[in-house]
Amino acid sequence: MNKQYPKDLLADMWFKMNLAREFENRVQWLFSMGLVHGTTHLGVGEEATAVGSILALKPQDYVFGTHRGHSQAIAKGIDIDHMMAEILAKATGVCKGKGGSMHIADPDIHYFGADGVLGTSPVMCCGTALSIKKRKENDRISVVFFGDGSSNEGAVFEALNLAAVWELPILFICVNNTYGMSSHITKVMKDTDISKRAIPFGMPSKSIDGNNVLEVYDTIVKARKHVLEHGPMLIVENTYRISGHSKSDGNLYRSKEEINAWKEKCPIKFIKNYLIENGVFNDKQLKAAAQDANIQVDHAQEYAKNSPEPIMENIYDDVYA
Amino acid sequence: MSEITYSQAINDAISEEMRRDEDVFMMGEDIGLYCGAFGVSKGMLQEFGEERIMDTPIAEQGFVGAAVGAAMAGMRPIVELMFSDFMCVCFDELVNEAAKLRFMFGGKVKVPMVMRTASGAGTGAAAQHSQSLEVCLAHFPGLKVVVPSTPYDAKGLLKTAIRDDNPVMFLEQKTLYRTKGEVPQEDYTIPFGVADIKRSGKDCTIITYGRMVQMSLEAAKRMQEKGIDAEVIDLRTLLPLDTETIIKSVIKTKHVLIVHEAVQFAGFGGEICGQIADSEAFYYLDAPIRRLGARNIPIPFNPKLEAETLPTVDKICASVEGLL
Repeated sequence: MNKQYPKDLLADMWFKMNLAREFENRVQWLFSMGLVHGTTHLGVGEEATAVGSILALKPQDYVFGTHRGHSQAIAKGIDIDHMMAEILAKATGVCKGKGGSMHIADPDIHYFGADGVLGTSPVMCCGTALSIKKRKENDRISVVFFGDGSSNEGAVFEALNLAAVWELPILFICVNNTYGMSSHITKVMKDTDISKRAIPFGMPSKSIDGNNVLEVYDTIVKARKHVLEHGPMLIVENTYRISGHSKSDGNLYRSKEEINAWKEKCPIKFIKNYLIENGVFNDKQLKAAAQDANIQVDHAQEYAKNSPEPIMENIYDDVYA
Repeated sequence: MSEITYSQAINDAISEEMRRDEDVFMMGEDIGLYCGAFGVSKGMLQEFGEERIMDTPIAEQGFVGAAVGAAMAGMRPIVELMFSDFMCVCFDELVNEAAKLRFMFGGKVKVPMVMRTASGAGTGAAAQHSQSLEVCLAHFPGLKVVVPSTPYDAKGLLKTAIRDDNPVMFLEQKTLYRTKGEVPQEDYTIPFGVADIKRSGKDCTIITYGRMVQMSLEAAKRMQEKGIDAEVIDLRTLLPLDTETIIKSVIKTKHVLIVHEAVQFAGFGGEICGQIADSEAFYYLDAPIRRLGARNIPIPFNPKLEAETLPTVDKICASVEGLL
């Protein structure tokens, strides 16, 4: 072990990555049982990007997630009972059953949510960053996750430019999971090094292994400090979406071999090996923690299943403030 | 009371609200030293500084999206879109985000922002800088849509907009910027969803808003000489809509003309027709409801063609006379 991490931080990483994985596997299972209405976007295999990044932030930081954002919400500290209830379209859901999987948000914990239209979260994140700057909140930053697919949206370039020219306290985190729906990154980008997109905006950037939760954590700790002291930064976290894009995905665009090769690079396997090899936790301890995550997901599932449906009588309540 | 321009009324409303509430700020293209394309923000940079009167890049998605985010964080941003036609560039931020975030997030967030923009034809700016797109915005639950017709209304409605906790689309009428009207010195607001009967009459109801209000009043004055007594209702806000005032007036006059500058086809007039047809007022009608809007073409450049594309006082008079 070449670096000392606090034991409770490592425990938290292990637990939250397992919780995210178990949560999404459960959503997939509920989906296959016909219990999930609509659609859902899973990010199995991307857990280190969310957990490593958000554990390096502070609770007061604003976070905008992606439509593939269950693990981001979990890392930010969302109540999974209410998130599962939202996915099952219940009145007790975090969005009262009005948003669904694609719009999971909890402004109470400064998680401004998943968004269904790509590229817009980065410009909105400039707005929360602007408010931080105007209010001179000196230990707070605004963070936006977006994908390699979104990075081709015009709004993202506008966001990078605004952030740079206004010197906003904003951290752009591009989760490069290799595919935008079915389109491989090489099919939609001439130069696939997304970190270069910071260069014309005079912004530093870094491209890292998004499956190595420790590298993600270390990078974001430094990036947060940079943002507070000097302004915006772009981090590209390279990973892979093992799950399909959504329920419509027949995996026609990639091979089993490719998926299996990435399963070998699973971020949970990586941290498990690290924790055992460095003697931080033994196998039994890790299994027990994973089992705890499982129990929490069981609880969330039962809570959601037993929750009431929303009613039409108050449907107009949240259209206007 | 003092007589000021529509433009000054808007400037006063923003300035007074910025003095009252430090969370209010404004951003847009060239609103600082240049004072905006229509000179509305004259003197504001000097009073409030670059921090609160912010020039932006030419990036409507960027700064309108940033306004949405700043509002989510509890600020009260005002954005100036130089021409209302440019809303098409940032429709996503207005429609998919500002209008829907509160609902999608189960009521846990507010988006208290104002989008001010210069709307309408009559300046020789041709097809991409002359549209009246209010109906596009009125189609989205979650937004509020305001179209002021006088300096008094502009000031009172804009103050309400800035204090409102929802995204308000404020469509300024570019040919009215230099028009003058009486505005009180003291603080006042005008509630949304309350139409104003600008002229009371018994023979016909002209339902209108924005720039067409003055033209409808002019038409009513002309028709008075022919013994026709027209009532002119200024809707002031399209969303929320004051259907009660419309219905009462229609029951009284039994004749309706709807006038707007926007393209008549699928314009807001269609919604007003529907509201009347769905109400008890329908039974009181002595003639079919008539609409007068712009022809179904993009706004042409040539001044004669432009004028003929839009409603005119003559056309309003002819439409009313055809009804009676």
